[in-house]
Amino acid sequence: MSTPAIAVDNVTVHYGEVLALDAASLTVDPARICGLVGMNGSGKSTLFKVIMGMVKPDAGTVRIGGQPPSKARREGGIGYVPQSEEVDWQFPLSVRDVVMMGRYGHQGFTRRASKADRAAVDEALDRVELGDYAGRQIGQLSGGQKKRAFVARGIAQGATIMLLDEPFAGVDKRSEATITRLLRELASDGCTILVSTHDLHALPQLCDEAVLLMHKVLMHGPPERVLQPENLAMAFGLDVLNRKDAG
Amino acid sequence: MELLLEPLGYDFMVRAIVTTALAAVVCAVLSCWLVLIGWSLMGDAVSHAVLPGVVLAYIVGAPFALGALVFALIAVTLIGVVRNTSRVKEDAAIGIVFSSLFALGLVLISVTPSQTDLNHIIFGNLLGVSIPDLIQVLVLGVVAFAILILKRRDLTLYAFDPTHAHAIGLSPQRLGALLLGLLALTSVVALQTVGVVLVVAMLIIPGATAYLLTDRFSRMLVIAPVVSAVCSIAGIYLSYYLDTASGAMVVLTQGVVFAVVYLFSPRQGLIGTRLAKARRRRAAVLAAA
Repeated sequence: MSTPAIAVDNVTVHYGEVLALDAASLTVDPARICGLVGMNGSGKSTLFKVIMGMVKPDAGTVRIGGQPPSKARREGGIGYVPQSEEVDWQFPLSVRDVVMMGRYGHQGFTRRASKADRAAVDEALDRVELGDYAGRQIGQLSGGQKKRAFVARGIAQGATIMLLDEPFAGVDKRSEATITRLLRELASDGCTILVSTHDLHALPQLCDEAVLLMHKVLMHGPPERVLQPENLAMAFGLDVLNRKDAG
Repeated sequence: MELLLEPLGYDFMVRAIVTTALAAVVCAVLSCWLVLIGWSLMGDAVSHAVLPGVVLAYIVGAPFALGALVFALIAVTLIGVVRNTSRVKEDAAIGIVFSSLFALGLVLISVTPSQTDLNHIIFGNLLGVSIPDLIQVLVLGVVAFAILILKRRDLTLYAFDPTHAHAIGLSPQRLGALLLGLLALTSVVALQTVGVVLVVAMLIIPGATAYLLTDRFSRMLVIAPVVSAVCSIAGIYLSYYLDTASGAMVVLTQGVVFAVVYLFSPRQGLIGTRLAKARRRRAAVLAAA
């Protein structure tokens, strides 16, 4: 059996008195796409932060490719695509500037770009089909393009683990299909991808496996099984069931 | 020409111009990050909070910069502590800490003999810059400027996406601390010219002006210091001929230029964007006809 790309073992996190993660355990094998499903406040973002090492768990451990997260971070192994709300879209940076930030970990003291860095950025931009938009200010992209710009940053970085927080929020159907295709390609190249999403109907096309999260990992399996109404009801309460019926 | 050269006949004017231009450039570069992160209030706080440090340094005969730096760090630490360990929000924490420290500075001034020098710290004493003052501003300014420029990409990453900085193994905390340290250093540089009360203008207006003029951070880093230096020198000349307070005149000039840019910037300006739209519409009508 190969070393799991992501191994979260019995992780508990509190924010003050509030319990965010309760002995959550999760392993994802390399080159898989895993969907993280849960309500707001179910601990999805916290789980990301723990994997990135931004939040230290009260208990439990995280291993990235068998290593501590700090080592994986220094090697540029972890790419992160933030939620739209977390980004200042007015920030005066071009798409190319943002993608170049993926290279900073590979660069020297002043982060001066080498030829190799520029080549990696160009390649990443082509990969996500944003080559023609490289000079645009980041706020002047469509919802889907914005997401792809950040995916390109992860590609330029050489990330082997990619974490995407709500990549389909504010994205139209066509862009959603483009992003799904892109992520499937990356996974077939060996990248392990963890996606948190509300967008349940996109899961089966995108993900190899899905996780139901409600502070604990309630369920982890093939998307079709996890998305069974009775299972979703556990994580969301009953109104999802009703909405699904109505839809 | 005569108008421009006449003031340069006085040594004190030359020193004033050099000091101001230098402070203007360093402050302007730093301001680019401050306005983007939303740290303007922090700039205000640190620049006021250094006052007791400067007064104490004066009393014991230490360099002003040292005292200022110590109190800038105390202020930042106190703000962090109040914010993180109570339910008081950050803006309130900043307001409490900086006004209290500023008041402490005023109290110290009131009990210190020879008050004239110290009042200059509050309102600036551009025309009374001595050679040692100039050297101090020069050294600190160059150090701050060099660090800002060398670390500009990291600082921009910190401002834009600290989570990504963390994800690639950099420390957002350390970058934030670096920026605060530079803020303290730069406040000291600017104290000499416009004084404690108006430093914040030099730390905010140039970055805000440049932000309205470009979509590129790298260009902001050029526009802000150029605009700021030009405004500052123009402000000194104006104060010379109009016989007004020099520090205040420098800030006023910067404020006026901001107002003009705010109204007429072709990208963001209130009137400028409308003019551009009208021009395009006219062009379209002409093309159709």
